[in-house]
Amino acid sequence: MKLLSYIPVLVVGVLLLYAAKDFPEWGSPDAPASKSPVSSHFIANTGVDTEVPNMVTAVLADYRGFDTMFETVVVFIAGMAVLAILKNSGRKKLVKREFEVDAEPDLIVTNTVRLLVPVIQIFAFYVLAHGHVSPGGGFQGGVLMGASFILVALSWDLETALIRFPLNWTTILGGLGIFLYAGIGLLSMFLGGEFLDYSELANIFPVSREMARYHAMLGVEIGVGLTVTAIMFSLYANLSTEGRLQRGL
Amino acid sequence: MFEDGTIINELLIERLNYFIYVVLLLIGLHAMIAKKNLIKKLIGMSIFQTAIILFYVSIGVKEGSTIPVYLPEHDPHGSHSVPSDTNETSHFDHGPVILDSSLVKGYANPLPHVLMLTAIVVGVATLGLALALCQRIYQGYGTIEEDELLAKMESREIRSKTLSVQIPKDQKLPKKDELKKEKSRSVSKSKTLSASKPKPKGKK
Amino acid sequence: MENSIAWIFIFPLFGSVACAILGISNRKICYPIAVLSMAGSLWAGIETLRQVLSVNDHTVSYLFGGWTLDAYPRGVGIEFHADILGILITLVVLGVGLLVSLYSKLPVEEETPGKEPLFYTLFLLQVTGLAGICLTGDAFNLYVLIEVAALTGYGLIAIGSNRAAAATFNYLILGTIGASLYLLGVGYIYIKTGTLNMVGIHDIIVAEGLADSATMQVAFVLVGVGILIKMAFFPFHAWLPNAYSNAPTTTSCLLAPVVTKVMIYVMIRMVLSVFGVEFSFESTLWTDVLPWLVVVAIVCAAVMALAQREIKRMLSYLIVAEVGYMVGGVWIYNYYGLIGSIFHVISDACMTLCLFLGAGLILRKAKTTHFDGLRGLFTKMPLTMTGFFIGGFSIIGLPPTCGFFSKWYLITGGMVSQRWEYMIVLMFSTMVMVVLFFRMIERIHLAVSESGENLGHGHGDLGLTDQQTRFDEGPLSMLIPLLLASAVVLVVGIYNQEVVSLIEVFLSDFNLPRGEGIK
Repeated sequence: MKLLSYIPVLVVGVLLLYAAKDFPEWGSPDAPASKSPVSSHFIANTGVDTEVPNMVTAVLADYRGFDTMFETVVVFIAGMAVLAILKNSGRKKLVKREFEVDAEPDLIVTNTVRLLVPVIQIFAFYVLAHGHVSPGGGFQGGVLMGASFILVALSWDLETALIRFPLNWTTILGGLGIFLYAGIGLLSMFLGGEFLDYSELANIFPVSREMARYHAMLGVEIGVGLTVTAIMFSLYANLSTEGRLQRGL
Repeated sequence: MFEDGTIINELLIERLNYFIYVVLLLIGLHAMIAKKNLIKKLIGMSIFQTAIILFYVSIGVKEGSTIPVYLPEHDPHGSHSVPSDTNETSHFDHGPVILDSSLVKGYANPLPHVLMLTAIVVGVATLGLALALCQRIYQGYGTIEEDELLAKMESREIRSKTLSVQIPKDQKLPKKDELKKEKSRSVSKSKTLSASKPKPKGKK
Repeated sequence: MENSIAWIFIFPLFGSVACAILGISNRKICYPIAVLSMAGSLWAGIETLRQVLSVNDHTVSYLFGGWTLDAYPRGVGIEFHADILGILITLVVLGVGLLVSLYSKLPVEEETPGKEPLFYTLFLLQVTGLAGICLTGDAFNLYVLIEVAALTGYGLIAIGSNRAAAATFNYLILGTIGASLYLLGVGYIYIKTGTLNMVGIHDIIVAEGLADSATMQVAFVLVGVGILIKMAFFPFHAWLPNAYSNAPTTTSCLLAPVVTKVMIYVMIRMVLSVFGVEFSFESTLWTDVLPWLVVVAIVCAAVMALAQREIKRMLSYLIVAEVGYMVGGVWIYNYYGLIGSIFHVISDACMTLCLFLGAGLILRKAKTTHFDGLRGLFTKMPLTMTGFFIGGFSIIGLPPTCGFFSKWYLITGGMVSQRWEYMIVLMFSTMVMVVLFFRMIERIHLAVSESGENLGHGHGDLGLTDQQTRFDEGPLSMLIPLLLASAVVLVVGIYNQEVVSLIEVFLSDFNLPRGEGIK
């Protein structure tokens, strides 16, 4: 049985290596992927189409914005599904673990975290807002933001963090993030374009069509950031306590 | 062995990334198929997905190119990111222009990076969900070893089947009691097991 | 309406967000939201079908973000590409979604108390993902939507019992392998063609003659195997019976009819529109090997189904066998086989829905789906059993149910390609299904328990008290969807020619062998 499991692995390996010798030359600018009209269009025209200097952000939030919307939905689904799986599932009573000691949160740790958390949160906003110009964006900013709450939960305990960010709020914020994203898409549809055609927003905001895309992308990224923040914290809170939401790690 | 044109040479020297990604992928695949511990399976899953990410990022490699963020001279907002110590701001003061094909070669292809951002997020979501499932399984059966889990599920199934056949429909209560008893028994068993083995859950 | 194709997923997407947020304060509101958004979505789907039928080449393409084809190169934005096949399957998905959402009120409240908002959120997103899979024209977007459908599926199954969670874990591991292999295959396509748009990929494969390149062939294998894993084709089917039979009632009603069928649709789409007929069927490896695998698959699944004594488990194995039918219909490679395959996707969705809705009602009333609990159910709940057995007769393939006509085309396809083994195995599994369902009827009418013990006292006596045989139908909110579903099975069967003519219009674009020489 043990040997049997090597067979599919070996078959896949031989297959993949067989194809690897047919790949285009390593790093060549003439490889189909680098030379294709799609890729060239992204590099040459992003500035003209959207005025965003960071092409990755432009492709992510605008050219392939529909993908990214569902990516955000995937994050939201993960949060909801974990909640669904773990809610009311296990023993309500807390079992004391073998190595657990009752102790107050450590003074040094908590005071360091007091100093750190605001910095992390400001940095999260920076990463989110600066995603147009430098690497960054909604997902990265959202994860940082979520991490700041997780840090609070780690250094005090989960209840303290849950007072600041109740679990119902994670669901609401996660939903609002998607609502914001899809809402911007829907609004641009009502204004006469296709779904997610941000340039139509120029009809109601005093900006050019390109800058409308630029600003709508920021709105979309904020939506992504909200969802990711909320769900990251919700995942931590549920997974660290088997869904009981008491005590935590 | 490393002359030009041989497959080994091609794979190990020119296309090391493609070789490494295959190796990583196989490690992940093997862990997912053959390991008995559910957490180990998940570790394999992460390795598997990371291998695919490595592959995609390797597609995006372009020699002599920089990251896909416009350099100051191509920046759609002109002087936006020019260092302040040069006095050539006016030189960069321009609106957005379409880059011509010689300049296009200077930037890496942004598309694989975007795709992988999506794949990473999907991977994180799947992992989170899978960990929740593991916890649920541990709560229910007191084990996350696949063979023990299967044995437990089977014994419970036989028990419930014999119960549901013998007991008329309006007398369901004994079955529940029995299940509860079984549950507590399995929990206590897992406790004795876990004393000898390190618990798989992360712990402070 | 111009944007109707976007409304198809806008309704359930916003509906799910509304369920998640409003459900916190008021749980009762989720059910109407789910039903309304499914109804809206179905309306948008019908509107899109009209739109597709009204244009000349029967395809509607919708570019998200306004990256139109005339101003930008193809593949810059994401395209929704609705042709007749895509929109037909979408309508099936949405129809199933609407009926199941109507049905779901009581089972969800009873089986997962306190989790209704989460359930409906996941439910609506599941439908969003499945409908998106049917319509998308972008290979990578397809991966994202497959994952949306898969993750919601894991959540929906594991929301129930511990046993369901254990079954879901296997589903998750296999599902992730499948989806990741598909993603890898898309990467292989991308490295050779430099585009992700399905139409664009096909054009480049044809223009540059990539059919012989090793990369593309491996890409085909990876995509194919990935999809076969996701659709629970025979050697990879292990996750399906456990997951579906342990899932909550509503979940299995939603997932069982559509998930595997949508993946078969993806396979057909990949074979016909992305890689192209010439590429896919040129190498005899697949056309030789797969039909034999199908033979093994159908035989094994049918025998396994025969061994089950529990309705939901038996139906799960039937699904595996049905998947074998449809995969076989594609890979025997001819016109009639493909018509049969596509028609069977539609009819199988309807009849599986029927069966699972019926099984849910039986479970609710008889408290068990084991065969021994079935005695006397025809007198107790005649309407439910009628609906259930209409689905059952359709699976067997009795006219005038739709199952008969789709099987007819499949067998014709086997004959045209002279695939006798496929035909024989179809006959064999039909016989197995006859045994399965008539054995159930026997169990209902006879007073003999599974172990052969006689429980009755003579002629016509089932050994049941009067109270146990009294007329006691299930609640209307569950009964009406079941009766509607069985009506659809009959209607699709009676109007089969209309459906087939639509499929023929779609297939006329492809150069498939029709076996004229044999006739």
